[in-house]
Amino acid sequence: MMQQLRRSPALMLGLAGLALFVVLGIIAPYIWGDRAETLTDQTHLAASAEHWFGTDALGRDIFARTMVATRLTLLMCLATTAIAAVGGIGFGAAIWVAGPRVRALGQRVIDVLISYPSVIFALVMVAVLGPGVGTSIVAIGLATCPAFARLTTNLAASIAGRDFVSTARLLGVSPARLLRRHILPNIAEPLLVLLSVAFTISLKALSGLSFLGVGVQAPDYDWGSVLNKGLEGIYLNPWPALGPSLVIILAGLAGGLIGDGLAAAVNPAAGRRRGYRAKVEAVTAVPSYDEDALAVADRLSVVLPDGTRLVDEVSFAIKPGEVLGLVGESGSGKSLTAMALAKLLPDDLRAVAGTLKVGDLDLNGKPPASRLATEIGIVYQDPSASFNPTLKLGGQLTEALRTHGRTSKKAAARQAVDQLAAARVTLPEQRLKQYPHELSGGMRQRAMIASALLTSPKLLIADEPTTALDVTVQAEVLGLLREANERDGTAILLISHDVGVISAICDRVVVMYAGRIVETLPIERLRAGDADHPYTQALLAATPTLHSPVDEPLSSIPGRPPHPASRPAGCAFAPRCPLARQQCHDELPLLAVHGTGATACHALTWDKQDEEVVA
Amino acid sequence: METLIASPKAPEPPEPSKAFTPKTVRSPWPRFLLGRLAGLAGVLVMLIVGTFLIVQLIPGDPAQVMAGPDASQAQVERIRQEQGLDQPLFTQFTDYAGGLLEGDLGTSFSSGLPVSEIIANRLPFTAQIALLAVVIALAVSVPLGMAVAVACRGGRRKALDTAFTSVTAVLGSIPEFVLATLLIMFFAIKLNMFPPSGAATLDSMVLPILALTIAPICTLARVVRRETAAVLSMDYMRTAKGRRLKALRLYARHALPNLMTSTLTLGGLVLTGLLGGAVIVEFVFAWPGLGTGVLDALVKRDYPVIQGVVLLLGVLATLLNLLVDVVLGLLDPRSLHGKAGDA
Repeated sequence: MMQQLRRSPALMLGLAGLALFVVLGIIAPYIWGDRAETLTDQTHLAASAEHWFGTDALGRDIFARTMVATRLTLLMCLATTAIAAVGGIGFGAAIWVAGPRVRALGQRVIDVLISYPSVIFALVMVAVLGPGVGTSIVAIGLATCPAFARLTTNLAASIAGRDFVSTARLLGVSPARLLRRHILPNIAEPLLVLLSVAFTISLKALSGLSFLGVGVQAPDYDWGSVLNKGLEGIYLNPWPALGPSLVIILAGLAGGLIGDGLAAAVNPAAGRRRGYRAKVEAVTAVPSYDEDALAVADRLSVVLPDGTRLVDEVSFAIKPGEVLGLVGESGSGKSLTAMALAKLLPDDLRAVAGTLKVGDLDLNGKPPASRLATEIGIVYQDPSASFNPTLKLGGQLTEALRTHGRTSKKAAARQAVDQLAAARVTLPEQRLKQYPHELSGGMRQRAMIASALLTSPKLLIADEPTTALDVTVQAEVLGLLREANERDGTAILLISHDVGVISAICDRVVVMYAGRIVETLPIERLRAGDADHPYTQALLAATPTLHSPVDEPLSSIPGRPPHPASRPAGCAFAPRCPLARQQCHDELPLLAVHGTGATACHALTWDKQDEEVVA
Repeated sequence: METLIASPKAPEPPEPSKAFTPKTVRSPWPRFLLGRLAGLAGVLVMLIVGTFLIVQLIPGDPAQVMAGPDASQAQVERIRQEQGLDQPLFTQFTDYAGGLLEGDLGTSFSSGLPVSEIIANRLPFTAQIALLAVVIALAVSVPLGMAVAVACRGGRRKALDTAFTSVTAVLGSIPEFVLATLLIMFFAIKLNMFPPSGAATLDSMVLPILALTIAPICTLARVVRRETAAVLSMDYMRTAKGRRLKALRLYARHALPNLMTSTLTLGGLVLTGLLGGAVIVEFVFAWPGLGTGVLDALVKRDYPVIQGVVLLLGVLATLLNLLVDVVLGLLDPRSLHGKAGDA
């Protein structure tokens, strides 16, 4: 955290500003005390070199008064913040420890209190106690308490749900000890942020009360009351109002910078990542793909703004009516490859390719939106996150059809019902009027498939369609995909990390590793376990089948894939490969036709060389 | 700040089981509204007790404080009798609460008018600027925050991003009363464009509204910007993009309802805070609303008026909260679950 603090110039500026005010608060009464109190006959003077902010009705120097008021203002803010923090954290902790019933009631009371404007509450306190320094401090302090109480209970609740707390509770640690030992240390940082924010809020509120004339009373004065006096003569002389205004703004700004800076430091996710665009040379080599292929990706790369290739020159084609599987570990670039083919990459990523087309749609250019929406259907990974939670299903399912298919609302709904029924969604008519969260996960994914098929796409891209589902539902969803393929001849690109899912319904499989294709195989060979590339072999060995011996541990692949920015010069799998030789680390193996598939592996050439040597 | 003290997110409703086949889709609204009405009643009781206690908690002799330091003993005794302060506490409360139920808020010491009449005269002025401020604050901050989030998505337009962040930070940290003072100096005195005080003409509303809304607009716009960025990275936005919708439909239909739920959850506090701001702004611009009314009453120790106005402002704040939650429920029906009992 300290490092982040140092890196934030805003926070440093804020702290410097606050330090300045603190110094001012300490020394100002000694330096300007006399000038601030001395009555002169030079009343209502405008700003001059002698009186920077002019003079008031009694001829006192307003700059001096503003400076001297710093001490009382800061002390009041400090006292207010202390009351708010101690009272609020105490109240929040008390109701949290007291047990579920008191907690629920207490939280509701906090809800009410927090929404009650603090100025009005402070006015009530003034009505009871009469105006003055003490009343202001108590009033604003109590008014800010609920914010601390809410934060304490919020944080305690979020921490209490975490594993280490459950463990401690299982071990019989008492609630009070739990709070002190495990919870308070974990919520210290957000409390620090709120502390700095509360200081700024106190400054505003206290000055506001004095400004209204019901805060600090003469002969005491803080910034708010100096401003109040300045407002009275504002027509004749703006400076007595302008001066204190500026000081209040500057102090508020310093507090705000500290609060924002601390918040950013505590929550690093709030920091933005740097982005710049590096030039990536366009791919110009001659295309080499089957002319009658439906979808073609030729030397497709997906590039980060800094030039890192998350997907590196991937080439494949999908024939009409074919189900192509794309398999690889997470991070291998398979989903990005699919999203590039759908023209749906995240905002900061870019696709570069020699050819990228689906049917006669050139995805390298600017294809018409209506054809993109209707000719490529997409089934997303997580059905619970991929529907808009605030819209009813009917509108979402038929949106593409209504927007691009020139279909009336009624006709679109009718088609949606048919398609839902085909995807074996129960009660299809009623589903259209339901919200996504009213369906089970399996039903949602069936609805997602129905939605994707509604526009009769030429290519259906299914990105891990079964990963988020129960095993029993997985098979049904895969069955639906195969059914659509056989019924309508829809070509499918199925992305999965699961070799079992791929071999269930695909005709051919493409294996990706670290952003590159390492092997393509007809599905029969994958099912038979007959792969050439050591990575595919390792994947197969790590996949349990009905024939796996139960008493032997499953094999796993040691190590992890390289980061895309630090991919080695040679084969990316070499560091984990049992066959790797020096050549593998030095030279990038190219994809070469091998038997009924294609493989990018040096080891396949060694066999021949070795045989030649033997011969 | 807003993120830190936002009310905890309602738990996700349990996922329906696979066998779940609803005969009819049941609306969560009746339960929600009933729960909220019960909560409202609870808050009302709290407010009535609270305002009743204003007089009771005055240290020393309330009648003496109400009569003022220069009052004679006879005056003090008269006030004690008029206000029923010589009665037992319970009788005083039943009298107070009973009066409230009949619409009797008491009689002003200083003017002799019924408090209900004073409130009826002043409420329209406060309602005018407060409601207008809420509408304007939302109407400006939501499109502004969304536009900046869309323009700066994925690290684009660094300069705009920095400018937006710094300008909203500076303007958002200026207190209403300082802003009001500066606005009067510049627009009323120097440029003579708008009247500096009063509520005589329509353009006299311009400066109070500006003073009241500029800081909330900045705070809300920052919240909206952050929430929009979060919504844009959601899976369902990718799904919507996959339907290749026009930009306006994509952002207005798919992003807006989602970011409004979180924005309103966080920004509800900013909106009720406008009521407090209204009190201050009314004072600066001599706006004849409830705020100046209660301040005037404070100076004159006119306790019946203080009690009445504070009660009403409390009810207004609660209603504003309820309104926010109803809008939330309309936007995102999931928010209705688990929020039924809150006030």
